[in-house]
Amino acid sequence: MNAEDPAAGRHTGLMVLAWVWVGVPFAYGVYELFLKLTQLFAG
Amino acid sequence: MPPAALSVHLAIGQAYAWSVFKPPLESALGLSGTQSALPFQLGIVMLGLSAAFGGTLVERNGPRWAMFVSMTCFASGFLLSALGVVTRQYWLVVLGYGFVGGIGLGIGYISPVSTLIKWFPDRPGMATGIAIMGFGGGALIASPWSAQMLSSFGETTSGIATTFLVHGIVYAVFMSMGVLLVRVPPEGWRPKGWNPPAAQARPLITTADVSASNAIRTPQFYFLWVVLCCNVTAGIGILEKAAPMITDFFAGTSAAVVAGAAAGFVALLSLANMAGRFVWSSTSDLIGRKNMYRVYLGVGALLYLVIALAGDASKPLFILSALGILSFYGGGFATVPAYLKDLFGTYQVGAIHGRLLTAWSTAGVLGPLIVNAIADAQKAAGRSGPDLYTTSLFIMIGLLAVGFLANELIRPVHEKYHEPPLRRQEQVTEKGQAI
Repeated sequence: MNAEDPAAGRHTGLMVLAWVWVGVPFAYGVYELFLKLTQLFAG
Repeated sequence: MPPAALSVHLAIGQAYAWSVFKPPLESALGLSGTQSALPFQLGIVMLGLSAAFGGTLVERNGPRWAMFVSMTCFASGFLLSALGVVTRQYWLVVLGYGFVGGIGLGIGYISPVSTLIKWFPDRPGMATGIAIMGFGGGALIASPWSAQMLSSFGETTSGIATTFLVHGIVYAVFMSMGVLLVRVPPEGWRPKGWNPPAAQARPLITTADVSASNAIRTPQFYFLWVVLCCNVTAGIGILEKAAPMITDFFAGTSAAVVAGAAAGFVALLSLANMAGRFVWSSTSDLIGRKNMYRVYLGVGALLYLVIALAGDASKPLFILSALGILSFYGGGFATVPAYLKDLFGTYQVGAIHGRLLTAWSTAGVLGPLIVNAIADAQKAAGRSGPDLYTTSLFIMIGLLAVGFLANELIRPVHEKYHEPPLRRQEQVTEKGQAI
């Protein structure tokens, strides 16, 4: 990708947006899971 | 393509978090536990049926159509459920979430499979592992999110209906990203620098194609059906009863497990289930599908034996063994599309996968039935602790041995089932190019 290739830039931006779209809710789920895990090892 | 597949699988994976809605529905509508489980049970039955009968349609109409149908059905299921709760018509919840939503589960589950395999012919196990990992991860997101929403809106009929309504809208928006982004690679596409391995480099990997209608006439399909059914039954037996099982196992010891810790154990199993889908499925690209299933079934049986023999002697050993079993359970789901691709080619692999998922529906009934019925009978006979589960554990070992044998019997598909190259080319031309 370079400055003269706007299509490639758009493609990269779209890929980043797509991964953020699925990554943020997933990270929230993993965070909540680790909160529960502490109870197993604390108990 | 992977984020498109994940947006669908992370959404429909919500099904495993249905239990969050059970207590509020029971108190708001005066339902029994059996009644409140109905939408989920019907949903899983519809998942298997719609995947089996809709697979050919998915192959014919492409992944964008399938993801759109899945999004529409899954979101509409929540909207119908909201209407059912607010009008106190529980049958509408069963029809909406179970029947309509269940069709969304089945079509959505198989929607990205064949497309992912076509995009990643060099690493089909890893590709399908990413998507199917999403199905495991869906409950991780939905469980705390739904609980927080119920807590905010209240657990009255109005609060539950609002929660369902928001779920329907949010999931429709979330899944629409998959509908918009999904692309089928052009015919003959291959990753840069990658050349298909020479024919017969690995005896089980075919370069030919088998149609879905021919695949179900081969013994390989039924051996693989038995393999999947046995592996899922063994895993689901633990998964479905994880919290009471660990509590019962260590009830009479100094390492007794309280409710909060049991919930942590369930969460840990979810993580193992999800991680196994990606890690083991990717590993299968390196060591081959048949060897990977030897590990799932053979090592899985050994881990069950460890639990049965160790009893309540060691909590860490129990937890580690259960984690191994659940990672193999997830891995079994995620590796099977690549195994199908190896045996039958990419031509109609999504439709064949859909038909194979009837093994999941069967295992979903068998696993919990075995573990619950035996535990209840042992309890009625006055037994407690690990004794409640010992017989079930040995039955699971037997099932895994049957699955291991079925896997050993899998051989390359006979040439008489292969599609003639000319006919295959004609059908590609009729369908046109990428969607």
